[in-house]
Amino acid sequence: MKRTCAVAALACAMLLSGCATAPGKIYDPFEASNRAMFAINEPIMEYVAKPIAQFYVAVTPSFFRTAVSNYVNNIDDLFSIVNDALQGKWDKMGNDMARVMINTGFGFGGLIDIASDLSIPRGEEDFGQTFGYWGFPQGPYLFIPVWGPTTVRDGTGSILRLLWSPTNEIPNVPVRNVIYGLVTVSEINDAVEAMKLVDQAALDKYTFIRRAYLQRREYMVYDGKPPPEKDED
Amino acid sequence: MKLFRILPALLCAFFAASALAQEAPDAMVKRVSQEVLGIIKTDPKVQAGDQARIREVVETKLLPNFDFERITALAMGRNWRQATPEQQKQLVDQFRTLLVRTYSGALTQYKDQTMDYKAMRGDPNATEVTVRTEVIRQGGAPVPIDYAMAKTPQGWKVYDIVVGGVSLVTNYRDEFNEQIKNGGVDNLIKTLQKKNGA
Repeated sequence: MKRTCAVAALACAMLLSGCATAPGKIYDPFEASNRAMFAINEPIMEYVAKPIAQFYVAVTPSFFRTAVSNYVNNIDDLFSIVNDALQGKWDKMGNDMARVMINTGFGFGGLIDIASDLSIPRGEEDFGQTFGYWGFPQGPYLFIPVWGPTTVRDGTGSILRLLWSPTNEIPNVPVRNVIYGLVTVSEINDAVEAMKLVDQAALDKYTFIRRAYLQRREYMVYDGKPPPEKDED
Repeated sequence: MKLFRILPALLCAFFAASALAQEAPDAMVKRVSQEVLGIIKTDPKVQAGDQARIREVVETKLLPNFDFERITALAMGRNWRQATPEQQKQLVDQFRTLLVRTYSGALTQYKDQTMDYKAMRGDPNATEVTVRTEVIRQGGAPVPIDYAMAKTPQGWKVYDIVVGGVSLVTNYRDEFNEQIKNGGVDNLIKTLQKKNGA
């Protein structure tokens, strides 16, 4: 019940945030509180996420970690099918359906990414992109501790995405919980890897991540062909 | 007659230089990246994680193909004209150092990557082009990397890198703007120096 309310609230916020943003412009009305959240996130990354990632890399062989991220990607591909359909991108939908069928059927439930070896590209569509395709602007930028950068639009999409996962349907509870755990640790590891580069490159990590995130999402909504950005002066 | 001995060498150098200047931008990206990836994969010092050696590779192989003044000017945006020539020189130097470090760090992380080169379309007489490549990593989605390049008297030079839709220049423009807002161009130079000194 709570989840539905949260989705409804965010959807309202998204509609209200309406035309406040122009593409290419940063819209961060909550910058002060976002920065506070970012500051909270820093020690969590350093003292919780990093040790977890290091432990994960130390105790698992690389093929195992690849299998876990393949499993995650396979579920993403499943949701991509839905979003391909919502955007009427039938070519992508065909690819994603083929991917999920091949990887689930022949790749042990998505553990092996056979489809990529067959050069079937990933659609990589999600609910946030679908909203963007439909014309919803990003709305305010948000930084959520542990979760990372998002916006009202993308965050709404992520909540929709979290409502259900095929993992939920695994009848064996211990197995299911181990999978939940591995998926989470794998995602933590990805975040820690990405942060290494940001640590090296950024003068101010907050602005760096914000712009990189918004550029990346814009690029994805336009399937790699975003309209040219206007200079800010 | 010393002149006769150096003349052939000079001619050779001249031809080599003009051949490079005429090299197509996509061919150049391919040549340089394959050379660098080759070194990364085979050089024992790089394999052992020797940072000094990795930086040397980046400095000698990659840097000559970048137009750092243009990259810095683009990242500065309208603030570039407000900077004095001395400040501009410092900015280019510091930004260059920062990018070398970042690039070296990235190269150490991704040892098992291969590159895929997209065919370039468009006007063969263009003076600005985008060369599209893709980095293939094991167990990950391919990452598109685009190089924005301009023709200069010294051959084609890169002036922006776009990784998965994230433009280096655009990203740093925010960073630079913020530093300048909080204390002018000198504050930006100071922050860059501090970052590079760390």
